[in-house]
Amino acid sequence: MGDEPLVRWDWIWRNWDTGRPDSILALLESHVVMAFLPVLFGLLLALPLGLASARWRWLYQPTVSVMNVVYSLPSIAVFIVMLAITGLGQATVIVPLTFYSLAILIPAVVDGLTSIPDHVRNSAVAMGFTPLRRLVRVELPLAVPVVLAGLRVATVSSISLVSVGALIGQGGLGYLFIDGWQRQFTTPIVVGIVATVLLAVLADGLLVLAQRLLTPWRRA
Amino acid sequence: MNWLIDFFSNPANWSGPGGIPVRLLEHLEFSVVALLMAAAVAIPLGLWVGHTGRGSLVVVVSANAARALPTLGILVLVVLIIGVGSTWPVLIPLVLLAVPPILVNTYEGVRGVDPDLRDAAYGMGLRGPQVLFKVLVPVALPLILLGMRLAAIQVVATATVAAYVGLGGLGRFIMDGLATKNYTITIGGAFLVVVLALAAQAGFTLLSRVAVSPGVRQFR
Repeated sequence: MGDEPLVRWDWIWRNWDTGRPDSILALLESHVVMAFLPVLFGLLLALPLGLASARWRWLYQPTVSVMNVVYSLPSIAVFIVMLAITGLGQATVIVPLTFYSLAILIPAVVDGLTSIPDHVRNSAVAMGFTPLRRLVRVELPLAVPVVLAGLRVATVSSISLVSVGALIGQGGLGYLFIDGWQRQFTTPIVVGIVATVLLAVLADGLLVLAQRLLTPWRRA
Repeated sequence: MNWLIDFFSNPANWSGPGGIPVRLLEHLEFSVVALLMAAAVAIPLGLWVGHTGRGSLVVVVSANAARALPTLGILVLVVLIIGVGSTWPVLIPLVLLAVPPILVNTYEGVRGVDPDLRDAAYGMGLRGPQVLFKVLVPVALPLILLGMRLAAIQVVATATVAAYVGLGGLGRFIMDGLATKNYTITIGGAFLVVVLALAAQAGFTLLSRVAVSPGVRQFR
């Protein structure tokens, strides 16, 4: 290391936006795409699967067991296996991360739905709500806090996991870790870590805001 | 499936310093040490914050931000700064990975204890620390162990990245397979990681059966 400083600011300015795919801005952009699409797809899949598991309880245990296995797969190995299926592209990262998001979101959806007290559900039935209307107007809104808590964990983990994809050449900001390691140069690594954490904090803040907007009755 | 049979039936994969038993032990060593170090930090801190309520906002917010730390980035940075002389470089990112789930679950566990129960304990003349260790900890134990279990799965799955900077563990099989395009080795290594993660999961489930007081189990 010698006298090399931890961060060389001039490197950051020079590489911020060069128009090439390895500029910091371009990496940030692909990082955002590869981190958020899996959470979005995960949520879209977790809602029906979670609803089914909450309705038919015998489905729940097998679903959770499968998801636990998925969650313990090392991401780098899954990326490598995906290479054989999708070739090298953003899908190689997006598909496995969708499954990791599912593993977090399905239990969140089920917990959110089952945490609704029976008397609330019964009141809705007594008021003449049809099952579909009851689901959309009563059960889903009441499940929002628990689902959003799961969504926050899924989003932050997804943002952090994308960088592992750099080992197979698709990792957004993770490229900076590989680049820094190969050149024995700490600046890109620090930039990558700081940018990833800032991105996660920003996304988490937006979700907290969304929760306040979606659950006005909890604002005490 | 054929790949798995090839991997496990090849005697060359079983012997020597790069054999399965040695790599498995290395992986186990990183994971167990990292988990114990994380627990030694996170459990006392979570108990203290949950019991006194002091600094809870800071702890929850920073634990969430810490989840976003990209393990690969932290690992290469630590190695560039302190070198690969020992296993320390891989322990630092793994401990950082394991602290948030243990800390948050311990804190939530203690904070979620029925206030009546806490008041009853004080009413019976127990002092602060006695309330904490005789009432709050036993009741919060299921959640604390859940946090440990989640941390263990993540640590076992993520310890594979140690191989990227030349350290051992099961990640060696995954990285070497990627480097030599010998995917049999990659898949064999990934399979072993999953088995280890599931074993850790089963271990903690068993532990919570044994360690959690029957009264608390009934209560849930």
